[in-house]
Amino acid sequence: MQSEPLLTARGLVKRYGRVTALDYADFDLYKGEVLAVIGDNGAGKSSLIKAISGAIHPDDGEIKLDGKPIHFRSPMEARDAGIETVYQNLALSPALSIADNMFLGREIRKPGIMGKWFRMLDRKAMEKRARDKLTELGLMTIQNIGQAVETLSGGQRQGVAVARAAAFGSKVVIMDEPTAALGVKESRRVLELIQDVKKRGLPIVLISHNMPHVFEVADRIHIHRLGKRLCVINPKEYTMSDAVAFMTGAKSPPAELVA
Amino acid sequence: MTETNTTSQTGQEFERVLSQSATTVASFDQHERSPLEKLRHFLHSSPASVPLIVLVLSLLIFAVIVGSRFFTPFALSLILQQVAIVGIVGAAQTLVVLTAGIDLSVGAIMVLTSVVMGQFTFRYGMPVELAILCGVALGALCGFINGFLIATVKLPPFIVTLGTWQIFLATTYIYSANETIRAQDIETNAPLLQFFGQKINIGGATFTYGVFAMLILIAVLWYVLNHTAWGRHVYAIGDDPEAAKLSGVRTKRVVITVYVLAGLICALAGWASIGRNGSVSPQIGQFANIESITAVVIGGMSLFGGRGSILGMLFGALIVGVFSFGMRMYGTDVQWTYLIIGVLIILAVAIDQWIRKVAG
Repeated sequence: MQSEPLLTARGLVKRYGRVTALDYADFDLYKGEVLAVIGDNGAGKSSLIKAISGAIHPDDGEIKLDGKPIHFRSPMEARDAGIETVYQNLALSPALSIADNMFLGREIRKPGIMGKWFRMLDRKAMEKRARDKLTELGLMTIQNIGQAVETLSGGQRQGVAVARAAAFGSKVVIMDEPTAALGVKESRRVLELIQDVKKRGLPIVLISHNMPHVFEVADRIHIHRLGKRLCVINPKEYTMSDAVAFMTGAKSPPAELVA
Repeated sequence: MTETNTTSQTGQEFERVLSQSATTVASFDQHERSPLEKLRHFLHSSPASVPLIVLVLSLLIFAVIVGSRFFTPFALSLILQQVAIVGIVGAAQTLVVLTAGIDLSVGAIMVLTSVVMGQFTFRYGMPVELAILCGVALGALCGFINGFLIATVKLPPFIVTLGTWQIFLATTYIYSANETIRAQDIETNAPLLQFFGQKINIGGATFTYGVFAMLILIAVLWYVLNHTAWGRHVYAIGDDPEAAKLSGVRTKRVVITVYVLAGLICALAGWASIGRNGSVSPQIGQFANIESITAVVIGGMSLFGGRGSILGMLFGALIVGVFSFGMRMYGTDVQWTYLIIGVLIILAVAIDQWIRKVAG
């Protein structure tokens, strides 16, 4: 394909007692692409993604970002390295405002004495950046940036979470089932958001069970089975039924695709 | 969210029909809100307003039934004096309750630290300043024990503080041998211990330094909770600890600092209580934990965490103060006060539940 992959994983192993969630799994993500990760329940998708986003530590194997080996001990370290994750449960604080949520854990303080000695937050700056980001992603029918997240609809909340990831993710954005809890129209909006984020050059890892969505937005599809990467297919060359057949083991993928 | 571009994009076959559908799905309901809904939204956005309204109402009621005796600067400032200790302990409780925790040991820490301040001065002849510092440090240590057991060992706050409450209280009795240091001795030998009991007069109203300590403490905490990252993290943890953690809040550290700070504040309350009572006695503050929780709940804070304002706690403490003082002036059985406070607690929680429905 293109030059060097941005993010790679080789031989990842993760065991939970006698269960092997990752069995020497590999992973590659290239710049500017949307990579979908699909797999049956229990195939190890979540473990793979968690290993990349720093939520779990693999027992073995190597992850490289930009060619440099990385060992995340927490999601915060992954974030600092530029990998943002939109979790399925969104990880938003319902009672806090949109702006507070977007900057949770990386607040901006006022310049000068107020910020340095009194640690005062720069609400204006945070609200402005939050508003800019939401506008950029076409989400600005949210009228009031100071309103609590719990007063938003499901799609709007998803929008806030995606905007947060897009605002801070400098290398990779991971989205875990972003459309699972949404209606048809809100799903459409989120798929547009994925395209918007991609247009701005950020590669996206999309975990989804929704085949139509996966085939619409993905450039490549990583099929995970029994704890390892089974194959990577081009959605233009295969049908959804092929993908499902590979994923469930009903059909073996062509030999040249097997990773 | 706008839906304007929906039709121009290719989309899925089954989504083609969306071009004819309404385009306002994700925007807000624009329907006219009923006055009741408006009220609910207002209360949702300013949680301290309910207790403030109740406070003003209760002041008016007592002004009417007790008469002009009640509405004097002296009488009103007396209420503030009586509320000062509960207000300080309530500030500590506020921090803990915001993280969806509860601290049953606040009163015990207060007594333990006040006894240590007194005994260190009189038993060991330590300079008063140093003895007070030791008391404050011990308060922080007690808070750290609570915080460590809750955040690191991951035990439920109720159980941890139920245990430490007993432990701190027993330690107080064992250490002090149930001995009281008399007010006169403190007055002549270590007046600094009674610092917060000193009074100043402003236009007929009498304020102890303890009242100012409470007001300044609450103002500072209000600022910290609303205008610093740490304060926002406290709210976020009470709201949804898992989400806060994934968003990058160092939850363990914040929870421990909350309990340490609560312990420090309880030590301050211990010092202030010496000023209020004059003497140092292990018998004081038996109900400080329950009183502080009462203030917090009547103040409109949610025991489920993440909601409420420290100003609400102050109003809650004042409501209790107004009722107990007013009832006494009116001359009824003091049990009526407890009965009314009990009703207020239940009402406050019911109102909290109703306000929360704004989110649904």
